[in-house]
Amino acid sequence: MTSTKYDPRVLKAPHPVPGAPDNWKRFLSFNTDAKVIGIQYIGLSLFFLLVGGLLAMVMRGELITPPADLVDPSVYNGLYTMHGTVMLFLFLFPVLNGFNNLLIPTMIGAPDMAFPKLNAAAFWLVPVFAVVLLSSFFIPGGPASSGWWSYPPVSIQNPLGHLINGEFLWILAVAISGVSSIMGAINFVTTIIRMRAPGMGFFKMPVFVWTAWAAQTLQLIGLPALTGGAIMLLFDLSFGTSFFRPEGGGDPVLYQHFFWFYSHPAVYVMVLPVFGIFSEVITVYSRKPLFGYKFVALASFIITFLGLIVWVHHMFYTGTPQWMRNLVMITTMLIAVPTGVKVFAWLGTLWGAKIRLTTPMLFVLGGLVNFIFGGITGVMLGTVPIDIHVGNTYFVVAHFHYIIFNTIGFGIFAGIYHWFPKFTGRMYYEGLGKIHFTLTFIGATLNWLPLHWAGLYGMPRRVASYDPEFALWNVIASIGAFMLGVASIPFILNIVSSWARGAKAPANPWRAIGLEWLLPSPPPAENFEDDIPTVISEPYGYGLGKPLVEDEEFYVRRSMEA
Amino acid sequence: MTSTNADLPLKHVPGHIKHDGHNLTGFIIFLCSESIIFLAFFVGYALLKITSPEWLPEGVEGLETRMPLINTVILVSSSFVAYFAEVYLHKKNLWGFRAMWLLTMAMGSYFVYGQYVEWSELAFSLSSGVFGGTFYLLTGFHGLHVITGILLMGLMLARSFSPNNYDKGEMGVTAVSLFWHFVDVIWIILYVLIYVWQRTS
Repeated sequence: MTSTKYDPRVLKAPHPVPGAPDNWKRFLSFNTDAKVIGIQYIGLSLFFLLVGGLLAMVMRGELITPPADLVDPSVYNGLYTMHGTVMLFLFLFPVLNGFNNLLIPTMIGAPDMAFPKLNAAAFWLVPVFAVVLLSSFFIPGGPASSGWWSYPPVSIQNPLGHLINGEFLWILAVAISGVSSIMGAINFVTTIIRMRAPGMGFFKMPVFVWTAWAAQTLQLIGLPALTGGAIMLLFDLSFGTSFFRPEGGGDPVLYQHFFWFYSHPAVYVMVLPVFGIFSEVITVYSRKPLFGYKFVALASFIITFLGLIVWVHHMFYTGTPQWMRNLVMITTMLIAVPTGVKVFAWLGTLWGAKIRLTTPMLFVLGGLVNFIFGGITGVMLGTVPIDIHVGNTYFVVAHFHYIIFNTIGFGIFAGIYHWFPKFTGRMYYEGLGKIHFTLTFIGATLNWLPLHWAGLYGMPRRVASYDPEFALWNVIASIGAFMLGVASIPFILNIVSSWARGAKAPANPWRAIGLEWLLPSPPPAENFEDDIPTVISEPYGYGLGKPLVEDEEFYVRRSMEA
Repeated sequence: MTSTNADLPLKHVPGHIKHDGHNLTGFIIFLCSESIIFLAFFVGYALLKITSPEWLPEGVEGLETRMPLINTVILVSSSFVAYFAEVYLHKKNLWGFRAMWLLTMAMGSYFVYGQYVEWSELAFSLSSGVFGGTFYLLTGFHGLHVITGILLMGLMLARSFSPNNYDKGEMGVTAVSLFWHFVDVIWIILYVLIYVWQRTS
């Protein structure tokens, strides 16, 4: 529909999306449009969610009975190593980079990322390193099997003596992933610093942009340390050095410092954008301004800072001196403050609100409950005496899955549903979405809640067999894991069928406030092109009646007519 | 849905925003991030050196410092030469820029050659305990950066011959010379850590 009511020089139609809107082939090409790259990231990472989930279900199938009967114990070692690596490096990081690509430019009113080609190159490194990583299943000796943390001296054993072994490919894959992440991080941070719409000061940015910025800053600071450690590990493994070999004067614990200096902040790299998604979704569906917006925004960077000085809490029982344990225990406890600020801000927003229980809101509320639960077990684990007691048991496994799947995973599903109409131009099916949520919530709870007890009673992790006294907890957990597998069916059905033949989405189906909702659905290639709105209000002005941008009427009309 | 009245006159003036000049921002962010790899290596080196019961492998007395010192002086002064090259470019004196830039490259190449000579005369190897490993890792990783810097400078030199290349500013030259200063600073820290700080006990 074109309008002749206004001056055509002023109201020019946005460029059409390259190719037809439903031209799926552009998702298989080297495309520099951040929105195409975002969907590429999310699509590819969801495929790897299935791969990682399949590995997990084989493990849970093995653990349904106490003895190691389904798979060989050495195969089991490879399974949990690859499960962790695939889920982190091939699902969580790429999927969140997908959100960054879709949301950062549209939310700050930029036409694209600062470096579009670098952006596309960063994406195409993901399939490259996926092939490197997964090819290790087909080489002699099998995949890396020293866990995703790859501690030496276990990880620098090379019993078969081949140069190309599972561990070698694992390090190579992690290195490529690191290059890709750094390329992405430089891009995101530059875009946020340099390309905000006129009038969008830092305290007018949506919380998602704040959290993505904080998270990518962590990537920039933390990831090089892991890269340094990985280079040294590779030299130890393949070229006869002894950085981490005690017999040559090296120190295996040094690797743990390198590893956790990045890999603890990595949790915040993943959880911070999810906090951003929580803030966006909660305000839309409770129709209230975000409670304490500035504190929520700033808390992201406090988490970044604190996140860099707590890594030693992963090493309480690996020879860390008592004074350092105490120090790190205190800094670990301090993290509860900025995260608490966020949780109470969300609760304050929900308080007295008229809540719409749509699928994204359900996932966020479920994720919030799980986050509070996982946060409390996190405080428990941050306490030295408890950690020494339950370290390396299923209590730890249960805790971090409550964060990494039950919070971050839920947030990702919420984000996918919430912005699905915006970036595909189609509405998803609410009913299927709710079935997906119900199955996911019950499955996740059955899967990880019982494992807390198993861990407290002393069931060790990373072992294929266990004492029969833990059988009940494990049967329940396995049922939950299979339910999560089943839950992917309504999700895939929903995404595929609604994208193919769902109802056409309006520009702003949720009556949300934000620059991305002033664009047509799906947004044109260059977003606002050179007609970028001037931001005049804080975000989340629900119920305040203030326009977000100058000439809001104009942008609303244009978005509806495209 | 926000109410829209299609008959309302719209007083919208399209704004125009140019997005350029953030290449340097991105490059500086990259350098900050890159410095953390070196920081990780330096901290690892220092920790290993402090805690290792036997630092020097058998038959190794320590490192000779005279040759590396000459090397250091040459590398550090090349940074100033690179700065003058930039000054010439700002003054649109292309030949002055090329001469200074070439001199920087020559000094960098001499540094790499000096490293090569030093490496080939050493009595220990990569696998001679942590001492050998850290020495070759640190100097080698830094050397890779020096070689990268020289190659990038060659690229900028070649670009200076294409017409009107530096009309829109010299972002590439600024970035490469920033990189070169970075490599220099890293070397100074490295020199202090490896050559100056030799354990006496």
